[in-house]
Amino acid sequence: MSSENASGQRDARPTGLQRTWRGFRSHRLALAGLVVVSVVTIVGLVTYIDDTLLKNTLITSIYYSPFEPRFVPLQGPSVAHPFGTDTLGRDVLARTIYGAKVSIQVALTAVLVAATIGSLLGVLAGYAGGYTETVLMRAVDVMLGFPALVLAIGLVAALGFSLTNVIIALGIVYVPQFARIARSTALSVSNEEYVDAAKAMGYSTPHIVFREVLPNCLSPLLVQASLLMAFAIIAEASLSFLGLGVQPPTPTWGQMVSDGSGYLTSAPWISLFPGSAIFVTVLGFNLIGDGLRDALDPRENAERRF
Amino acid sequence: MRFRYVAIRFLQTVPVLFGVSVVVFIIIHSAPGDPVVNMLGIEATDENIAELRAAYGLNDPLYIQYFNWLTGILQGNLGQSLTRNRSVTALIASRLPATLFLAAASMAIAIVIAIPAGIVSAVKKGTTSDYTVTIGALTGVSIPNFWLGLVLILVFARTFSVFPSGNYISPTEDPAAALRHVLLPAVTIGTAFAALLARQTRSSMLDNLNQEYVKMAKSKGLSSRKIFIRHALKQALLPVITVAGLQFGYLLSATVVVEQVFAWPGMGRLIWSSVQQQDYPTVQGAVLIVATLFVLVNLIVDLTYSYLDPRVSAS
Repeated sequence: MSSENASGQRDARPTGLQRTWRGFRSHRLALAGLVVVSVVTIVGLVTYIDDTLLKNTLITSIYYSPFEPRFVPLQGPSVAHPFGTDTLGRDVLARTIYGAKVSIQVALTAVLVAATIGSLLGVLAGYAGGYTETVLMRAVDVMLGFPALVLAIGLVAALGFSLTNVIIALGIVYVPQFARIARSTALSVSNEEYVDAAKAMGYSTPHIVFREVLPNCLSPLLVQASLLMAFAIIAEASLSFLGLGVQPPTPTWGQMVSDGSGYLTSAPWISLFPGSAIFVTVLGFNLIGDGLRDALDPRENAERRF
Repeated sequence: MRFRYVAIRFLQTVPVLFGVSVVVFIIIHSAPGDPVVNMLGIEATDENIAELRAAYGLNDPLYIQYFNWLTGILQGNLGQSLTRNRSVTALIASRLPATLFLAAASMAIAIVIAIPAGIVSAVKKGTTSDYTVTIGALTGVSIPNFWLGLVLILVFARTFSVFPSGNYISPTEDPAAALRHVLLPAVTIGTAFAALLARQTRSSMLDNLNQEYVKMAKSKGLSSRKIFIRHALKQALLPVITVAGLQFGYLLSATVVVEQVFAWPGMGRLIWSSVQQQDYPTVQGAVLIVATLFVLVNLIVDLTYSYLDPRVSAS
């Protein structure tokens, strides 16, 4: 990569990411995905701040509508309750908004945990080779021997059903995915000349791993992270739907869909809105992941730009 | 060469399965609560508890408990369910066929939709049909399956009563009814799976259509239909088979959720209800069997692939 310095630009190191961004920008659907994800993330973030700092003032003001102070169960969408009310007369809009917070919080933290641990282990395995690599990769094979959701259910069953435990479970489940990619990228990167150069210059192994190998593995890991965000949101929603995730009264999208499943004909809005929220958010992350992948693969990039 | 590859792949599977059993054992044993106390209820006396603990071997060191469990498994004995008066092996034997049938039906639906869609999309690259397939595939992977299941029930079972909403019927007893009953859950799972396969088919077809031998065949004047069927398609489907096999875990994960939506009496529902009832031996056994199934399917896919493409086993 250092050979692309010919144009004389000084900040040569992030060229990989810069190039990726350029490719990404020209991908219209990926930009749409970015917009959707940003909106959901901002809603989640504001709700999180509202929850931790403002004692839920904002969400309460949505929940208690000034137009309709009473809570009547199973009311269809109206001015007072744009998404209707659920079986207990609760405002579906406010609960869907709060659900965004839970979804994003779980998925983002789980993927961050998995990405950090997985990439470190993978890069270590790929760079160190030998015994370390064998042990780490066999462990990864064992983890990949489980269907993801089944392992997550087992972990949550052992840890207990709570927000933190769902994050831990999904974080563990996705470690191998990152470890595999990081390892194969690290393997190819560690054969590059600039790594040999760093070795020849006498840099320490941590320096080489963190400054030379890891930065050059970032792009494929980023693609994986955004695709796994999509999976993590579905997984969290599935756990909640099964009643094995975050417990009531904290509203989550999966649990809301489950609540409304008995009222599909009489009050479809109860599960329709949270269901659409899951769909749109997951679609957004998938679009970003696709866009990033195309941007990273120069050959595909030329073929599927729309 | 090929025999050696098969032997090596078999031998590689053994430590993975061993590791899987260790992980399952550790996870379930770190679960909170004392299963014995759960079984006997709060009125149990200390002596009762101690007696039962000894009977279940729960006082032994962990590695001995693991060893006993493993020996049991190798003899086909997965232990006794804590809440249902049956052996775990019998429970699993009664549930596994429903899950396998559902998984097979979902796979069949996915393949029937995905491969033609992927081929059309690759051959007519850049046209409206290509965009339709691509957007359809994106939608398919993004819809949460439990929600799709509910919508399908609402439309096809409740509103129009065209298909029943689940209710497993054994395919050996009444094949026609079994197919009708499996249709909605299988479409629910198959949709996302079809989306994954269609994308793989498309990119793999595109790769092959750009290969030298296809250009060569074109320049020899072969008709494009012939080139397509004789050359590109065969090569392109190899990676699709692999993806279908590797994603079998995705299919198994999906059955856990979708079985719940359709009240399908399979492994997923068994795991779900056992987790709810803290019936740990059953959770342990069922998760182990599902994971083993997945590892074995991967092995079979690898071996099939190496048979179809000898270059794999050579490397």
